[in-house]
Amino acid sequence: MRKIRNFFDSVGGLINLLLKTLYWCRAAYWNLDKIYLQIVEIGNHTLPVALLIAASTGAVLSLQSGPLLAQFGIEENLGGLVGISMIKELGPVMASILVAGRVGSAMTAEIGSMSVYDEIDALKTMNINPVRFLVMPRFLATIISLPLLVIYMDIVGWIGGSIVAKVNPDINLSYDVFFRNLSDYVTFEAVLNGMIKSFVFGILISIVCCYIGLKTKGGPREIGSSVTKAVVISFVLILIFDYYVTRFLLLVNLD
Amino acid sequence: MTTTSNALENYLKSSPVSVKIENLNKSFEDNHVLKGIDLEIRTGETLVILGKSGSGKTVLLRHIVGLERPDSGRIIMNGEPIDPDNVHSKHRIAIVFQSSALFNSLNVEDNVALYLREHRIMSDKIEIGRIVSNALNVVGLEGVEKKFPSELSGGMKRRVATARAIVMNPDIILFDEPTSGLDPVMTKTIGDLIINLKEKVRVTQIVVTHDIELAFYIADRIAVLSSGKIIQVGKPKDIYNSMDPTVKNFISPKFQINVEE
Repeated sequence: MRKIRNFFDSVGGLINLLLKTLYWCRAAYWNLDKIYLQIVEIGNHTLPVALLIAASTGAVLSLQSGPLLAQFGIEENLGGLVGISMIKELGPVMASILVAGRVGSAMTAEIGSMSVYDEIDALKTMNINPVRFLVMPRFLATIISLPLLVIYMDIVGWIGGSIVAKVNPDINLSYDVFFRNLSDYVTFEAVLNGMIKSFVFGILISIVCCYIGLKTKGGPREIGSSVTKAVVISFVLILIFDYYVTRFLLLVNLD
Repeated sequence: MTTTSNALENYLKSSPVSVKIENLNKSFEDNHVLKGIDLEIRTGETLVILGKSGSGKTVLLRHIVGLERPDSGRIIMNGEPIDPDNVHSKHRIAIVFQSSALFNSLNVEDNVALYLREHRIMSDKIEIGRIVSNALNVVGLEGVEKKFPSELSGGMKRRVATARAIVMNPDIILFDEPTSGLDPVMTKTIGDLIINLKEKVRVTQIVVTHDIELAFYIADRIAVLSSGKIIQVGKPKDIYNSMDPTVKNFISPKFQINVEE
């Protein structure tokens, strides 16, 4: 019974934090420096790893699908396969998992530590709203950065896939054919699909991680528990919402 | 052009407040922490709330600053009851936390200037720098503006937190265990700082402590809190001569120094 109550408390708390954050977005202009700083942080934390993950995923996708398509003589469709897989599904989900793991965890740790060491209380006594000061810049930075990171990972993944398609003797597809086929399939709607997903995931990651950080009480041990909790909940929510957002996009003919 | 020495003086326009606490009760689950507290803090005085650990001192302070909501009772400032959810709309109440609560990601200058910048009280960086520097001078610190909290000692952190409180232009400053964890020399420095603040910033001060020497050194009046109840309020002399057994027991020396072989 208590667990059920805690669950609904948390859901209510998350929605409440989201609404307050949206309200404080009106102060974004006065907090551009903080938002910029957070965007730089997200970039620093994710770009090198994103490069590795995306290149490897695109390459493996080509390596596994290419020879199979070649068996049926339709290997020229490999560009479309890699392109669509990356932009609609793999790019947004992988980028979100990466951001939740690297950036979301840092958000929870930083805000959690501020909660534990009275810094949030200090903000309140200075009449500085913690949502405006801490959550809003992280929220906006995440929803701006994540779609950009997805585009970056998509492009890197395509390049990785195209290189394997070219150099692997079982596929042996020229760059020209690969990217011409890719551009046939990767439409504006497909790009928009990936962007909408990453936007939704950005909201989830920032709100969940900030919420759990703000709720942290106790000491250093609790900060560690909060970080683990924030990352796990973010992962689970990304996967659950991925399904429902995809269904919604199918419904509105964006898939 | 404001000179360096009076930038802070020109900026500060504190109007010290009086505080009246009426029948304040607070429980955390089964633990009744504050039991019908009645207390009056006069305009511009330094009131020390003295009590042993766990007596409810910090919880009482957190109610005054609006970080806790009472179960019943009310707090009146300058004759007007305060709304616990909106304490800071009418009065500037600064608190120096026991942990100092400095922002670890900001240097000393940014910590002290945070209130000015976030409330956009002034935008001139040079003027902000002067006020910060003046506030740090008031608390006896110089040349630490670019240091981060992790590079400061406990006493320095407490003084930076006090400078941050001064820059809020407060009507009242609350100190939560200002000397806990500090050596006797630093305790004296903090005591002198609290006495000086009253003159320089002209502000009402409430100090919560279990440090008896500090209490008698800085207080205009002392309130003794025990098990969530105020058991005596009076001038230091009255408390020293108290006939109340709890008060007598609390303020009596606990160690007998024996240096003979």
